[in-house]
Amino acid sequence: MPAIELHNLKKSFGPINAVDGLDLVVEEGVCLGLLGPNGAGKSTTMKMLTGQAIPDAGEIRVLGYKLPREAKQARAEMGVVPQLDNLDIDVTVEENLAVFARLYRVDDVPAAVERALEIARLTDRRKEAVDRLSGGMRRRLLLARGLVHEPRLLLLDEPTVGLDPQIRTELWTLIDGLRSRGTTILMSTHYIEEAERLADEVAVVADGRVIARATPKELIAEHAGEKTAEVYGPPDRLHEVRSAAEDAGLRVRSAGPAIAIVGAEMAGPGLVPHDAIHRAGSLEDVFVMLTGEEAE
Amino acid sequence: MKSAEGARTVRRLEPAVILAVMGRELANFRTFWKSTAFTSTFEPIVYLLAFGLGLGSTLVADVDGIDYVQFVGTGLVATAVVFSSALPAMFGTFVKERFQRTYDAILAAPVDVEELVTAEMLWIGLRSAIFGCFPLIVTMFFGLEPEPTMLLVPIFAFVTALAFSAFGITMAASVSKIDQFNYVTTLVITPLFLVAGTFFPIDQLPQGFQIAAQFNPLYQLVQLVRDACFGLEPVDALRFLGLLILAFVLWRIAIRRMTRRLII
Ligand SMILES: Nc1ncnc2c1ncn2[C@@H]1O[C@H](COP(=O)(O)OP(=O)(O)OP(=O)(O)O)[C@@H](O)[C@H]1O
Ligand SMILES: [Mg+2]
Repeated sequence: MPAIELHNLKKSFGPINAVDGLDLVVEEGVCLGLLGPNGAGKSTTMKMLTGQAIPDAGEIRVLGYKLPREAKQARAEMGVVPQLDNLDIDVTVEENLAVFARLYRVDDVPAAVERALEIARLTDRRKEAVDRLSGGMRRRLLLARGLVHEPRLLLLDEPTVGLDPQIRTELWTLIDGLRSRGTTILMSTHYIEEAERLADEVAVVADGRVIARATPKELIAEHAGEKTAEVYGPPDRLHEVRSAAEDAGLRVRSAGPAIAIVGAEMAGPGLVPHDAIHRAGSLEDVFVMLTGEEAE
Repeated sequence: MKSAEGARTVRRLEPAVILAVMGRELANFRTFWKSTAFTSTFEPIVYLLAFGLGLGSTLVADVDGIDYVQFVGTGLVATAVVFSSALPAMFGTFVKERFQRTYDAILAAPVDVEELVTAEMLWIGLRSAIFGCFPLIVTMFFGLEPEPTMLLVPIFAFVTALAFSAFGITMAASVSKIDQFNYVTTLVITPLFLVAGTFFPIDQLPQGFQIAAQFNPLYQLVQLVRDACFGLEPVDALRFLGLLILAFVLWRIAIRRMTRRLII
């Protein structure tokens, strides 16, 4: 039985079709990255998985429960780490954890708190109020709070958004640890690198729909190519190179100040300038080719 | 289409869940209880000194045979109840929903809106039941004789506070900006507070006010508390029943409004 099954899911807010016919199956033990630009519908999808948003149409099964009717049972077995911090900041670290251990009706609350403190590596700061913690510690606590009842399924909504690189790496290590222990993870992100590092499989979401779904390798092979050639230079020259490449049937995208010729291994002679920088095709290429958005 | 049915769960109002949500409130309350307890003790003393002793020694000696200080002191229970229930419910709910995103966190756990609202109401009700007794205790220092029926006061305070907390939660789920609470305080809370018979007896007001007062839950609470102190009457059973019904109806309304606000 898959951990998550979404079929033709739809949710709109007035004129905005936030989720628009989304299909997704996540097998147990998989870490699936939901990769999509801002407003693609990732958070809305997450909210429907916990019953905090009710779909207009479509089917949701989570851990065998049919939602929204059995959302409460499903929530009991999943952990949720929200996009925005919602810890109780005046309360101590351990009390934050204990409150949630009780909300999840864990049998042995003190043991659950100990375990979560260890995951967050905050055992020595347990008696401190949350507003005395650093941003990274708070983030680790938020993650540990979602794990206090040892859930089978973890929903991570942009777990590292807005964090500095060091904290991000720290959290990645933590998440990777969970993944290797077999927890099913659905993680939304718009950081390519995050999806590349952590996700067994990536579903690219745009305009409320899954437009591609495979392992990062497969996605690169299918939607990018073996090689990408980046060309830097004045706009006029980039324009020339781009036109020539596109006329020859190559796919070109902008990449900040440069342009990138995707699938450059297919290029005929003279199309890729000599000063181009060659690199392997990447998930970033896939993302930009599929969504038309500049990657982060 | 949004459906309230969608959010419904198999087992409703699980006591363990409600207790856990109240436990969260308790954990937070422990960080600021001192200031709240201080205000709750100090305020009735100020009112008693200003009104009870000020007016009492100069203009009015007694009301219907009750010493004016004690008249005001017993009336202040209702004041304590409304200000420790409606206002925290309004502001607290709004802040938790909008700024702290607390409800987002709680509703991601196996808790539903019905349990959440119920727990928040019970918590405020309990707090108010305790704070409501402070004016009574203070008044005892001004000569109020202890009576066994006074033990009913926390119960009266509790039920009234449930109604006002449900009202506050409903307001919090209805406004879009926190300043809109000014309308609620000015148009609802303050008038209710002023014509509750706390500082002067209602029966000296024009008849229209007297009839209106019958629909004022605070007035009913004031009467219940005074009667618990100076002698209960059969009509008090009716008053209490009225408060119970009000609390129940407002409870259901609060759940509906909060479901609409929290489940998108
Ligand atoms: N409660 C709401 N009311 C109205 N519109 C909403 C609401 N929640 C989301 N939306 C809209 O739905 C669309 C999808 O939003 P969602 O938050 O799901 O995107 P996302 O993929 O999580 O984006 P981000 O990467 O920025 O977090 C957006 O256009 C957003 O403005
Ligand atoms: Mg989001």
